[in-house]
Amino acid sequence: MSALLEQYAKIVGDDVIDQLRQLAARLQGMKVVHINSTREGGGVAEILSWLIPLKREVGLDVVWEIITGEQDFYQCTKMFHNGLQGNQASIPESLLEGYERTNAEYAESMREVLRDADFVVIHDPQPAPLLGLFPDRRGKWVWRCHIDLSHPYRPVWRYLRDHVEHYDASIWSLSQFAQPLSHPMYLIPPSIDPLSQKNRELYPGEVNAVFDRYGLNPDIPLITQVSRFDRFKDPIGVVQAYRLIREYTHVQLVLAGGGASDDPEGEEVLKEVRAEAGDDPDIHILLLPSDAHREINAIQRASDIILQKSTREGFGLTVTEAMWKGKPVIGGDTGGIRLQVVNHHTGFLVSTPEGAALRIRYLLKDRENLEEMGAKAKQFVKSNFLVTRHLRDYLTLMNAISHGTLDRIDL
Amino acid sequence: MEVIRRNAMAEPFEVKDCALIALATGMEAQNLRELADRIRNIPTGSIYYHFWGGMLRPTFDEPEYQNDFAAWAWRSLHDPHLAERLALIDPTGFKEMEDLRREILDVVEERLDESPYIPWAKTGQRFHFEKSQIVVFDTGQRLQEPHELVKIIPHLSLGSVFYHMIDARRRTDRGRSDFSEWLASFGDKYKSVVESLSGIDPYFTNLMALRNEVEAVLKKYDWERGE
Repeated sequence: MSALLEQYAKIVGDDVIDQLRQLAARLQGMKVVHINSTREGGGVAEILSWLIPLKREVGLDVVWEIITGEQDFYQCTKMFHNGLQGNQASIPESLLEGYERTNAEYAESMREVLRDADFVVIHDPQPAPLLGLFPDRRGKWVWRCHIDLSHPYRPVWRYLRDHVEHYDASIWSLSQFAQPLSHPMYLIPPSIDPLSQKNRELYPGEVNAVFDRYGLNPDIPLITQVSRFDRFKDPIGVVQAYRLIREYTHVQLVLAGGGASDDPEGEEVLKEVRAEAGDDPDIHILLLPSDAHREINAIQRASDIILQKSTREGFGLTVTEAMWKGKPVIGGDTGGIRLQVVNHHTGFLVSTPEGAALRIRYLLKDRENLEEMGAKAKQFVKSNFLVTRHLRDYLTLMNAISHGTLDRIDL
Repeated sequence: MEVIRRNAMAEPFEVKDCALIALATGMEAQNLRELADRIRNIPTGSIYYHFWGGMLRPTFDEPEYQNDFAAWAWRSLHDPHLAERLALIDPTGFKEMEDLRREILDVVEERLDESPYIPWAKTGQRFHFEKSQIVVFDTGQRLQEPHELVKIIPHLSLGSVFYHMIDARRRTDRGRSDFSEWLASFGDKYKSVVESLSGIDPYFTNLMALRNEVEAVLKKYDWERGE
């Protein structure tokens, strides 16, 4: 067993790693290409950064490629993102033309690699039109949707559906997100990497250092939301919840996030959050670089409670990260957060700032329950949301997809 | 250790493993009437998945209700009566999935008859029917003697436990685990341990606990004396 797999085995057990190797045995040397639109910032890039080395470790020949474009390409794909999550805004024709042109140019630059690959995974809408540009493709092409598509703005979805309908299969984080398509729609929740800088164990000194670095008081409870400055993450709602708690208890709030290179709206939302926070010395808005993984790790570990008060959420990896660190999570009652936050067991699901405030007050009062929920949360992640389970799902899909839609496949 | 001599007819035990991947079917139910209509028509694989699939997919280890239909009745329809009745359905009691389908329908129809109105779920809380593909693979391990089971069980993956203890019930004529079937192929020599294994209830548990339970039964058995 390689040194890397041995490290995972220490966390999840030898039986889990053995199973991965056996599932990968029939896929040795297969050429796999993943394409998304950013190498840094946001959950997709993070997942790929640890999933791909692990795929290589079990014998697949994997490359990770990035589609890039001009400003109007990102403006268009951000509108896709918002529209697919329900924002009713049409995308101008000129932006769609630019989007398709960017994909066509990218297809030319990648022609041989993509044509000859055994397995191509296209992440989210940015590179979705690529399939139509490879009529001579040899392998299986899968569209991986990381977005909550349960209530899309229909005109935007109809446009995208024409691009994704003809993939061999699609992957969704939850069945609630899946829009009907004529191909098999696999369900694979995302995961975190327990060995990554963001999730590995830290020495207490490194954790405690964040109090000094950001002017936090170690004697006052710390509540934190880590996420991009995006309206769907409801950072304003978090500040409102904090204010409701402050009427009763002295707490500190950290809103820690950075921008993703494919998100042009981040700065605007950050301004709104700063305006809402005003000059309250106990609200700390931290704009961290996209590679500040260890710093985020320390902040999460230093916190008493983690919030993820999203109103729409594909999955919510920050929820998984917090739970892995033994923290109960107060999460928005939406999307993938529902899969992770088992109400009253690993945290609480809330729909309003009032609900978030109520649950935070309750947990700060009942420390024993807070600890117990945190322990349950960690165990839940260990069993279900680590990268080893994610890899197993991918390997199972790769084995299954070559056998059509059979219920049972005997290798 | 001197063990009971193996029946010349018994084949070696092939240790297999499996991985299960879920698929969305695109079918959903907003209210109890729609649930009944869909259950009438969905493939049996989907019913199987909603009863057993929770063991191999992300689920909480202490679910309030063991199958997805009961959990939905509780969480989304807020109907504890229906949830309790659905939760009581034990799929191990049904050799044929069609019989299980009829049982679920009976319970749902009965509740519809009792209700003054059709229970509805909120828009975001529809029941989504899923199904699964199961990929079975040979681990290459072979057991020649029954007592070898004792050593191997703690090291089985959870997929392997699922395959030999739960999936086997669909595959074998007597609806038993592969371990029971294999031990029974030695004649009556292992009758008591076969009975003990058959007495394990695989439903109200999780795969890790099930693995421990099987291990405990096999460890308790005296392989030298055959009792």
